[in-house]
Amino acid sequence: MISVKNLFKSFNGFQAVNDLSFDIKPGEVVGFLGPNGAGKSTTMKMLTGFLLPTSGEINISDLSLKQSALAIKQKIGYLPEGAPAYGDMTPFQFLSFIAKVRGYKGTEKAQKIDKVVKQVELHEVLDKPIDNLSKGFKRRVGLAQALIHDPDILILDEPTDGLDPNQKHQVRELIKNLSKDKIVIISTHILEEVTAVCNRVMIISKGKLLFDDTPNTLNRQSKYYGAVTLHFSYRADSSELAELEGVAEIEEDLQTGRLTLFPEPGADILHLVTAHAQRCKLPVDSLYVEQGRLDQVFRQITQEDNM
Amino acid sequence: MSNISILFRREFSSFFATPVAYVFIGIFLVLSGVFTFFVGGFFERGQADLLPFFNFHPWLYLFLVPAIAMRSWSEERKSGTIELLMTLPISTWQAMLAKHLAAWAVLGLSLLLTFPLWLTVNYLGDPDNGIIVAAYIGSWFMAGAFLSVGICMSALTKNQVIAFILSIVVCFVFVVSGSNIVLDAFKGWAPNEVIDLVASFSFLTHFEAMAKGVIAMNDVMYFLIVTICWLFAGLVLIEQKKAD
Repeated sequence: MISVKNLFKSFNGFQAVNDLSFDIKPGEVVGFLGPNGAGKSTTMKMLTGFLLPTSGEINISDLSLKQSALAIKQKIGYLPEGAPAYGDMTPFQFLSFIAKVRGYKGTEKAQKIDKVVKQVELHEVLDKPIDNLSKGFKRRVGLAQALIHDPDILILDEPTDGLDPNQKHQVRELIKNLSKDKIVIISTHILEEVTAVCNRVMIISKGKLLFDDTPNTLNRQSKYYGAVTLHFSYRADSSELAELEGVAEIEEDLQTGRLTLFPEPGADILHLVTAHAQRCKLPVDSLYVEQGRLDQVFRQITQEDNM
Repeated sequence: MSNISILFRREFSSFFATPVAYVFIGIFLVLSGVFTFFVGGFFERGQADLLPFFNFHPWLYLFLVPAIAMRSWSEERKSGTIELLMTLPISTWQAMLAKHLAAWAVLGLSLLLTFPLWLTVNYLGDPDNGIIVAAYIGSWFMAGAFLSVGICMSALTKNQVIAFILSIVVCFVFVVSGSNIVLDAFKGWAPNEVIDLVASFSFLTHFEAMAKGVIAMNDVMYFLIVTICWLFAGLVLIEQKKAD
């Protein structure tokens, strides 16, 4: 359980985090979204005890971060931005060092390292200096370091940044397969990632919390949510579509020839559109229901704030 | 306590994972040989002691110790590993102490590896080995004081070159405040107490007796206190500057 109350952080007059308050319960996988410089990393750095807040309170597992920082750090696994690691060590030496600091010894330590190496698939580079590893492997070493003590709270700052699509998929699967009573906080720029792994989204911009709900609710805020897009194999009269009951607006993309019909709030227009297309024998070659466009919602939410 | 030893081992082995320790030890040995035999006139003096060797230590440390200390915090901050280190369940003072002890151990090892000089002097004559051991210990404590200045300067900046230059300057002040160049400038107008005060801040003044084999409590305490003060200053600095 993480509870944050009225968190502020300023650097030399720049307000990086501005009155954040939220609670996170076990089992929640939270995605921090926000433009660059929104205060996501700063918030994470304060949650992990690296930075001290200018004011405000952070309580983790009923302990105050101010008073019991060391006890809290035991419970947290943290992947800092850019996955820093000691480049002159090999992943094995590095993980062994982290395991020792986390209080493991002997066979238990060996087991922990073994398990985490399997989890993030590091065996092939275990004895090469970290400096010589590719970006993807470096990121995985960082993940392994955060996971090694099987922490209750996992805080990952851009865990999939710089990974190829396969590796991204792997990391997402890894996060999904973590036990269900953990708290996971990830920050990312990739909006699909949020729908793929998170069950809660927080959008932060200029240090303020602008949105805090499920990814589904975020989708629903999109103008495109529930809209029907269709494409004709040749030009046809589509004017009547706009007249259909429940259709609020129609938009044509001149380049691709796609028509998008936006429903009135709450209306379900799919069956009306298909019925109409059948009745008028419209030459429809593709038709689908939009799930909402996250990038558009993201812009809408974060740019509204700019005005 | 166990945290310190884990961190110490990481720091110590990182000196040897990169060429830093080898280059440092190699240059230290070559330079101390050059100073002892060519500049110090080891043979010409015709005396069975290592005074020409120890007398040059302050000047040798002046350039070499900042070189080994400059990376300690600067590199952590530059590469971002400081964020990793500070979010592990360890205290900052433990990390500070471990860094100091690890680099100090490398310095101790370099000193130990000068043993051929000790063999030489024992082969050529009949020196007082007690004096030599005392001088070695004194030299190691002085190296610790130089090191703490370097580590503090390294905590001050992300840039290793700046850390290096700043620590040379600060160490230089500590060394020359006891030399005649500075003291002569005070003589003639300043009261003796002031001259003594200035001289008492100097590494040279406190090392002089030790190089001759006299381990006085106040000299050892002086180097220990200087070390602790600079490490504490470094601790305050790193707590404030870690996120910059």
